[in-house]
Amino acid sequence: MIPALGLVVGIVVGVLLQPEVPLWLQPYLPIAVIAALDAVFGAVRAVLDGIFNDKVFVISFLSNVVVAGFIVYLGDQLGVGSQLSTGVVVVLGVRIFSNVASIRRHLFNA
Amino acid sequence: MSTQGHDSQRSWRRLRRAGKPRPTKGTVLATLLALGLGFAIAAQVHQTSIEGLEDLREDELIRILDTVDQDGNRLAEEIQALRLSRDRLQSDTTSLTEAREAAQQRLDSLAILAGTAPAKGPGIVLTIRDPENRVTAPLLLDTLQELRDAGAEAIEINSIRVVASTFFTDGEGGISISGTEVSAPYVVTAIGDGSTLASAMEIPGGVTNSVRSVGGEAGVETKDEVTVSALRSVSEPQYARPVPSSTTS
Repeated sequence: MIPALGLVVGIVVGVLLQPEVPLWLQPYLPIAVIAALDAVFGAVRAVLDGIFNDKVFVISFLSNVVVAGFIVYLGDQLGVGSQLSTGVVVVLGVRIFSNVASIRRHLFNA
Repeated sequence: MSTQGHDSQRSWRRLRRAGKPRPTKGTVLATLLALGLGFAIAAQVHQTSIEGLEDLREDELIRILDTVDQDGNRLAEEIQALRLSRDRLQSDTTSLTEAREAAQQRLDSLAILAGTAPAKGPGIVLTIRDPENRVTAPLLLDTLQELRDAGAEAIEINSIRVVASTFFTDGEGGISISGTEVSAPYVVTAIGDGSTLASAMEIPGGVTNSVRSVGGEAGVETKDEVTVSALRSVSEPQYARPVPSSTTS
C-alpha cells in the first residue's frame, strides 16, 4: 500500500515540477520506465502468489532498469538502437500482459 | 467453482495483508523505488510532450535535414530569381528615365525649331523703319538669311514666329509673312550670339546698308535677354511621310 502511494506521489511531484530530463538520460528513460513497470507488475503477481519478497522486488526492479538501459546503450553503439528498443519494449510488454493476466485470474477468477 | 471462489478470496486477503503498512526496510526501499518510477513516468511524459527533434532517430533526422535542405535550396533559387527580376526592373526604370530625359531634351529643341514653344535668351532686336514703303519681301528674306547665317536660333518678325515653312510675299501696303500682312516698322527679334548677330546686320553691303539704300532706317539693339513668344501651330503634314530609318539619332 505504501509503495502504491509512493508511485502516486511520485507522479504528482513529477507533474508539478515538470522536470527537464537530462540529455544523457533521454535515450534510456523510456525503456527504463517500461522495465520498472514490468518489475512492479511482477511484484503484484508475486504478492498474490504469496511468494512476494521485498529484497527480490528491489533487486529485480533495479536489475530490470539497469539491463534495459544497457541494452539500449548497446543497441545505439551497434547501430540498431531503434530496433533493439522496439524489441525490448515488445518483450517487456508481453511480460506485463502475462503478469496482468495472472493477477486477473487471481483476483477475479477470470 | 467453489474452489476458485476460495482462491479468489485468499488472493484478496493476501493483497490486503500486503497493503497493510509495515515499516520494514524492504517497504521503505520499495516505496522509494515506486516514488522514483512515478517521477520518471511523469518526467518522460512531459519530455515527450515538449521535445521535437531530440528523440528522433538518425535516419529520421537525416530525412528531415534533407527536406530542410531542399526547402532552403528552393527558397534560395526563388530569392535569386526575384533578385534578378528586381534588378531588371530597376535598370528598366533607370533606362526609362534616361530615355524620357533624352526625349524631353529633343522635344524642347524641336519645339523651339518648329516654333511651338516660346524661347528666350541673348539676342538682338532689329527695327526697320520704312516711311517710303520700299522694303520688299526679298529684302526681309535676305535679312532672315543673314540672321540664320549668323546663328540665330529663334526668330520672330512683328509677333510672327519664323520657322522653316515661313514664306514672304509682297502685299498691298506692306509684306505678307506666311499669308499674314505686316507693315512697317518691322521689328525682328532674334535669339543668338548678340554681337555676332549685330555685326552681321551692320556689315557693309548688309541689311542696314540695304535698308538705308531704299530710304529706310535700321536700328540694331543688342540685349542680354530677348523673348520670342510668338507661337506657331504645327499642322499634320498632308503628303510628306517619314521614311522609316534603322538608325536611331
